[in-house]
Amino acid sequence: MTHLPFIVASYALAVLVLGWFGIGAWLRTAAAKRRLAAIDPRRERTAR
Amino acid sequence: MSLRPVEAVSSLAGAPSSAGSSLHRFANPGRFLRLSETVLPWLVVPAILLTATGLGWGLFFAPADWQQGDAVRIMYVHVPSAWLASSAYFALAVCSLLSLVWRHPLADLAAVEIGPVGAGFTALCLASGSLWGKPMWGAWWVWDARLTSVLVLFFLYLGHIVLVRAFDDPVRGYRAGSILALVGVINLPIIKFSVDWWNTLHQPASITLLGAPTMAPSMLWPLLVSALGFSFAFAAIVVARLRAAVMERRIRGLLLARAGSR
Repeated sequence: MTHLPFIVASYALAVLVLGWFGIGAWLRTAAAKRRLAAIDPRRERTAR
Repeated sequence: MSLRPVEAVSSLAGAPSSAGSSLHRFANPGRFLRLSETVLPWLVVPAILLTATGLGWGLFFAPADWQQGDAVRIMYVHVPSAWLASSAYFALAVCSLLSLVWRHPLADLAAVEIGPVGAGFTALCLASGSLWGKPMWGAWWVWDARLTSVLVLFFLYLGHIVLVRAFDDPVRGYRAGSILALVGVINLPIIKFSVDWWNTLHQPASITLLGAPTMAPSMLWPLLVSALGFSFAFAAIVVARLRAAVMERRIRGLLLARAGSR
Protein backbone atom coordinates (compact mmCIF):
# COMPACT_ATOMS: atom_id res chain seq x y z
CA MET A 1 0.00 0.00 0.00
CA THR A 2 1.43 3.39 -1.01
CA HIS A 3 1.55 6.37 1.40
CA LEU A 4 0.75 4.08 4.32
CA PRO A 5 1.83 6.45 7.16
CA PHE A 6 -0.46 9.21 5.85
CA ILE A 7 -3.40 6.81 5.53
CA VAL A 8 -2.88 5.26 8.97
CA ALA A 9 -2.53 8.70 10.56
CA SER A 10 -5.77 9.98 9.04
CA TYR A 11 -7.76 6.87 10.09
CA ALA A 12 -6.22 6.99 13.57
CA LEU A 13 -7.25 10.64 13.88
CA ALA A 14 -10.81 9.78 12.85
CA VAL A 15 -11.04 7.05 15.48
CA LEU A 16 -9.49 9.38 18.07
CA VAL A 17 -11.91 12.26 17.38
CA LEU A 18 -15.02 10.05 17.27
CA GLY A 19 -13.89 8.07 20.31
CA TRP A 20 -12.99 11.20 22.28
CA PHE A 21 -16.37 12.83 21.75
CA GLY A 22 -18.34 9.59 22.04
CA ILE A 23 -16.75 8.35 25.26
CA GLY A 24 -16.67 11.90 26.64
CA ALA A 25 -20.42 12.33 26.07
CA TRP A 26 -21.15 8.92 27.60
CA LEU A 27 -19.08 9.62 30.74
CA ARG A 28 -20.60 13.10 31.14
CA THR A 29 -24.14 11.73 30.84
CA ALA A 30 -23.44 8.97 33.35
CA ALA A 31 -21.97 11.45 35.84
CA ALA A 32 -24.92 13.84 35.45
CA LYS A 33 -27.41 10.97 35.91
CA ARG A 34 -25.67 9.84 39.11
CA ARG A 35 -25.50 13.35 40.51
CA LEU A 36 -29.12 14.16 39.65
CA ALA A 37 -30.33 10.92 41.17
CA ALA A 38 -28.46 11.78 44.37
CA ILE A 39 -29.89 15.27 44.85
CA ASP A 40 -33.32 15.21 43.19
CA PRO A 41 -35.87 15.84 46.00
CA ARG A 42 -38.65 14.00 44.15
CA ARG A 43 -36.47 10.90 44.12
CA GLU A 44 -35.86 11.31 47.89
CA ARG A 45 -39.60 11.63 48.55
CA THR A 46 -40.43 8.46 46.65
CA ALA A 47 -37.60 6.59 48.38
CA ARG A 48 -39.14 7.15 51.83
CA MET B 1 -31.98 3.86 35.52
CA SER B 2 -34.90 5.99 34.45
CA LEU B 3 -35.02 9.67 35.16
CA ARG B 4 -37.99 11.66 36.30
CA PRO B 5 -39.20 14.45 34.09
CA VAL B 6 -37.38 17.67 34.65
CA GLU B 7 -40.15 20.15 35.12
CA ALA B 8 -38.36 23.44 35.19
CA VAL B 9 -38.16 24.88 31.75
CA SER B 10 -35.25 27.28 31.58
CA SER B 11 -35.72 30.82 32.67
CA LEU B 12 -34.33 31.65 29.25
CA ALA B 13 -37.65 30.71 27.74
CA GLY B 14 -39.61 33.78 26.82
CA ALA B 15 -43.23 33.80 25.77
CA PRO B 16 -43.43 31.76 22.60
CA SER B 17 -44.91 33.37 19.55
CA SER B 18 -47.72 31.50 17.81
CA ALA B 19 -45.28 30.44 15.08
CA GLY B 20 -42.93 29.02 17.65
CA SER B 21 -45.52 27.42 19.94
CA SER B 22 -45.37 24.07 18.17
CA LEU B 23 -41.59 24.09 18.59
CA HIS B 24 -42.00 24.75 22.31
CA ARG B 25 -44.05 21.57 22.73
CA PHE B 26 -40.75 19.74 22.26
CA ALA B 27 -38.80 22.11 24.48
CA ASN B 28 -39.79 20.62 27.81
CA PRO B 29 -36.56 19.16 29.24
CA GLY B 30 -38.37 16.19 30.79
CA ARG B 31 -39.98 15.32 27.48
CA PHE B 32 -36.63 15.75 25.74
CA LEU B 33 -34.90 13.41 28.22
CA ARG B 34 -37.53 10.72 27.76
CA LEU B 35 -37.56 11.05 23.98
CA SER B 36 -33.77 11.16 23.65
CA GLU B 37 -33.35 8.10 25.90
CA THR B 38 -35.46 6.17 23.38
CA VAL B 39 -33.79 7.66 20.31
CA LEU B 40 -30.15 7.43 21.42
CA PRO B 41 -29.63 3.66 20.91
CA TRP B 42 -31.08 4.05 17.39
CA LEU B 43 -28.35 6.58 16.69
CA VAL B 44 -25.43 4.90 18.47
CA VAL B 45 -25.77 1.43 16.93
CA PRO B 46 -25.99 2.60 13.28
CA ALA B 47 -23.20 5.11 13.97
CA ILE B 48 -20.81 2.36 15.10
CA LEU B 49 -21.85 -0.15 12.43
CA LEU B 50 -21.89 2.26 9.47
CA THR B 51 -18.69 4.08 10.43
CA ALA B 52 -16.80 0.81 10.97
CA THR B 53 -18.17 -0.60 7.69
CA GLY B 54 -17.46 2.54 5.67
CA LEU B 55 -13.94 3.03 7.00
CA GLY B 56 -13.09 -0.69 6.78
CA TRP B 57 -14.47 -0.86 3.23
CA GLY B 58 -12.52 2.22 2.22
CA LEU B 59 -9.30 1.09 3.84
CA PHE B 60 -9.20 -2.58 2.78
CA PHE B 61 -11.61 -3.24 -0.12
CA ALA B 62 -12.10 -0.08 -2.18
CA PRO B 63 -9.76 0.17 -5.16
CA ALA B 64 -6.74 2.44 -5.25
CA ASP B 65 -6.89 5.43 -7.58
CA TRP B 66 -5.01 5.14 -10.88
CA GLN B 67 -3.37 8.52 -10.27
CA GLN B 68 -3.24 8.95 -6.47
CA GLY B 69 -2.63 5.35 -5.52
CA ASP B 70 -3.70 4.32 -2.03
CA ALA B 71 -3.61 7.91 -0.74
CA VAL B 72 -7.17 8.21 -2.07
CA ARG B 73 -8.26 6.11 0.93
CA ILE B 74 -7.89 9.25 3.05
CA MET B 75 -11.00 10.46 1.20
CA TYR B 76 -13.18 8.13 3.33
CA VAL B 77 -12.20 10.14 6.40
CA HIS B 78 -11.68 13.57 4.86
CA VAL B 79 -14.88 14.00 2.82
CA PRO B 80 -17.37 12.87 5.53
CA SER B 81 -15.65 15.08 8.10
CA ALA B 82 -15.78 18.02 5.66
CA TRP B 83 -19.51 17.47 5.05
CA LEU B 84 -20.12 17.22 8.78
CA ALA B 85 -18.06 20.35 9.48
CA SER B 86 -20.36 22.42 7.25
CA SER B 87 -23.58 20.61 8.23
CA ALA B 88 -22.82 21.01 11.93
CA TYR B 89 -22.31 24.73 11.46
CA PHE B 90 -25.64 24.93 9.64
CA ALA B 91 -27.25 23.12 12.59
CA LEU B 92 -25.55 25.56 14.95
CA ALA B 93 -26.98 28.48 12.96
CA VAL B 94 -30.49 26.97 12.98
CA CYS B 95 -30.30 26.56 16.77
CA SER B 96 -29.09 30.15 17.04
CA LEU B 97 -32.04 31.34 14.98
CA LEU B 98 -34.45 29.35 17.15
CA SER B 99 -32.83 30.87 20.20
CA LEU B 100 -32.90 34.46 18.98
CA VAL B 101 -36.35 34.48 17.39
CA TRP B 102 -38.41 32.02 19.45
CA ARG B 103 -36.34 31.89 22.66
CA HIS B 104 -36.41 28.12 22.40
CA PRO B 105 -35.06 26.88 25.75
CA LEU B 106 -33.17 23.88 24.37
CA ALA B 107 -31.79 25.72 21.33
CA ASP B 108 -29.19 27.60 23.40
CA LEU B 109 -27.98 24.39 25.00
CA ALA B 110 -27.96 22.61 21.64
CA ALA B 111 -25.85 25.39 20.08
CA VAL B 112 -23.40 25.22 22.99
CA GLU B 113 -23.10 21.44 22.60
CA ILE B 114 -22.84 21.44 18.80
CA GLY B 115 -19.96 23.94 18.81
CA PRO B 116 -17.14 21.72 20.15
CA VAL B 117 -18.29 18.69 18.14
CA GLY B 118 -18.38 20.74 14.94
CA ALA B 119 -14.95 22.13 15.75
CA GLY B 120 -13.69 18.55 16.24
CA PHE B 121 -14.99 17.46 12.83
CA THR B 122 -13.53 20.59 11.22
CA ALA B 123 -10.15 19.90 12.84
CA LEU B 124 -10.35 16.32 11.54
CA CYS B 125 -11.18 17.63 8.06
CA LEU B 126 -8.20 20.03 8.13
CA ALA B 127 -5.79 17.44 9.53
CA SER B 128 -6.84 14.65 7.14
CA GLY B 129 -6.73 17.13 4.25
CA SER B 130 -3.23 18.06 5.26
CA LEU B 131 -2.26 14.37 5.42
CA TRP B 132 -3.72 13.94 1.93
CA GLY B 133 -2.14 17.12 0.59
CA LYS B 134 1.43 16.31 1.56
CA PRO B 135 1.84 13.20 -0.66
CA MET B 136 -0.34 14.60 -3.48
CA TRP B 137 0.61 18.29 -3.62
CA GLY B 138 3.96 18.11 -1.86
CA ALA B 139 2.78 20.55 0.83
CA TRP B 140 1.01 20.18 4.16
CA TRP B 141 -0.84 23.44 3.61
CA VAL B 142 -1.52 25.94 0.82
CA TRP B 143 -3.44 29.22 1.15
CA ASP B 144 -6.01 27.94 -1.31
CA ALA B 145 -9.58 29.34 -1.20
CA ARG B 146 -11.14 26.04 -0.07
CA LEU B 147 -8.57 25.37 2.64
CA THR B 148 -8.62 28.94 3.89
CA SER B 149 -12.43 29.11 4.05
CA VAL B 150 -12.52 25.86 6.05
CA LEU B 151 -9.87 27.29 8.38
CA VAL B 152 -12.14 30.35 8.83
CA LEU B 153 -14.97 27.91 9.68
CA PHE B 154 -12.75 26.36 12.36
CA PHE B 155 -12.06 29.82 13.82
CA LEU B 156 -15.79 30.60 13.76
CA TYR B 157 -16.40 27.47 15.82
CA LEU B 158 -13.63 28.45 18.25
CA GLY B 159 -15.06 31.98 18.47
CA HIS B 160 -18.50 30.58 19.26
CA ILE B 161 -17.12 28.23 21.93
CA VAL B 162 -15.28 31.11 23.62
CA LEU B 163 -18.05 33.68 23.24
CA VAL B 164 -20.86 31.64 24.82
CA ARG B 165 -18.67 31.15 27.89
CA ALA B 166 -17.28 34.69 28.05
CA PHE B 167 -20.08 36.36 30.05
CA ASP B 168 -21.07 36.05 33.70
CA ASP B 169 -24.68 36.07 32.55
CA PRO B 170 -25.06 32.97 30.35
CA VAL B 171 -28.02 34.49 28.48
CA ARG B 172 -25.80 37.28 27.16
CA GLY B 173 -23.27 34.66 26.09
CA TYR B 174 -25.94 32.69 24.25
CA ARG B 175 -27.18 35.82 22.46
CA ALA B 176 -23.66 36.90 21.43
CA GLY B 177 -22.85 33.35 20.28
CA SER B 178 -26.08 33.19 18.27
CA ILE B 179 -25.29 36.43 16.45
CA LEU B 180 -21.78 35.21 15.63
CA ALA B 181 -23.16 31.87 14.39
CA LEU B 182 -25.70 33.60 12.12
CA VAL B 183 -23.15 36.03 10.71
CA GLY B 184 -20.75 33.13 10.08
CA VAL B 185 -23.30 31.34 7.88
CA ILE B 186 -22.03 33.50 5.01
CA ASN B 187 -18.91 31.30 5.07
CA LEU B 188 -20.85 28.13 4.12
CA PRO B 189 -21.58 29.07 0.47
CA ILE B 190 -18.04 30.43 0.24
CA ILE B 191 -16.70 27.01 1.26
CA LYS B 192 -19.05 25.23 -1.13
CA PHE B 193 -18.39 27.36 -4.19
CA SER B 194 -14.77 28.33 -3.50
CA VAL B 195 -13.54 25.66 -5.91
CA ASP B 196 -15.75 27.10 -8.66
CA TRP B 197 -15.23 30.82 -7.99
CA TRP B 198 -11.44 30.76 -7.71
CA ASN B 199 -8.57 28.79 -9.20
CA THR B 200 -7.82 26.37 -6.42
CA LEU B 201 -5.40 23.52 -5.94
CA HIS B 202 -8.26 21.67 -4.24
CA GLN B 203 -10.27 19.58 -6.68
CA PRO B 204 -13.90 20.50 -7.51
CA ALA B 205 -16.82 18.50 -6.09
CA SER B 206 -17.08 14.91 -7.32
CA ILE B 207 -20.62 14.51 -6.00
CA THR B 208 -23.34 17.10 -6.68
CA LEU B 209 -27.07 17.16 -6.04
CA LEU B 210 -28.02 17.56 -9.69
CA GLY B 211 -25.26 15.91 -11.71
CA ALA B 212 -24.09 12.32 -11.82
CA PRO B 213 -21.09 11.62 -9.56
CA THR B 214 -17.72 11.64 -11.31
CA MET B 215 -16.56 8.74 -9.16
CA ALA B 216 -16.63 4.99 -9.70
CA PRO B 217 -19.38 3.20 -7.71
CA SER B 218 -16.70 1.03 -6.07
CA MET B 219 -15.40 4.22 -4.40
CA LEU B 220 -18.72 6.05 -4.10
CA TRP B 221 -20.50 3.42 -1.98
CA PRO B 222 -17.93 3.17 0.82
CA LEU B 223 -17.79 6.98 0.84
CA LEU B 224 -21.57 7.25 1.26
CA VAL B 225 -21.62 4.57 3.98
CA SER B 226 -18.81 6.33 5.82
CA ALA B 227 -20.59 9.71 5.49
CA LEU B 228 -23.81 8.18 6.82
CA GLY B 229 -21.91 6.65 9.74
CA PHE B 230 -20.26 9.99 10.57
CA SER B 231 -23.67 11.69 10.41
CA PHE B 232 -25.19 9.19 12.84
CA ALA B 233 -22.13 9.58 15.08
CA PHE B 234 -22.50 13.35 15.07
CA ALA B 235 -26.21 13.13 15.91
CA ALA B 236 -25.58 10.59 18.68
CA ILE B 237 -22.80 12.65 20.24
CA VAL B 238 -24.83 15.87 20.16
CA VAL B 239 -27.95 14.21 21.63
CA ALA B 240 -25.86 12.59 24.40
CA ARG B 241 -24.12 15.89 25.19
CA LEU B 242 -27.46 17.70 25.18
CA ARG B 243 -28.93 15.14 27.60
CA ALA B 244 -25.99 15.73 29.92
CA ALA B 245 -26.36 19.51 29.61
CA VAL B 246 -30.09 19.37 30.45
CA MET B 247 -29.37 17.26 33.54
CA GLU B 248 -26.52 19.54 34.59
CA ARG B 249 -28.82 22.55 34.31
CA ARG B 250 -31.36 20.76 36.49
CA ILE B 251 -28.62 19.96 39.03
CA ARG B 252 -27.54 23.64 39.15
CA GLY B 253 -31.18 24.68 39.62
CA LEU B 254 -31.67 22.25 42.51
CA LEU B 255 -28.44 23.29 44.21
CA LEU B 256 -29.35 26.97 43.89
CA ALA B 257 -32.83 26.29 45.30
CA ARG B 258 -31.29 24.46 48.25
CA ALA B 259 -28.81 27.26 48.89
CA GLY B 260 -31.64 29.82 48.71
CA SER B 261 -33.86 27.95 51.17
CA ARG B 262 -31.17 27.88 53.87
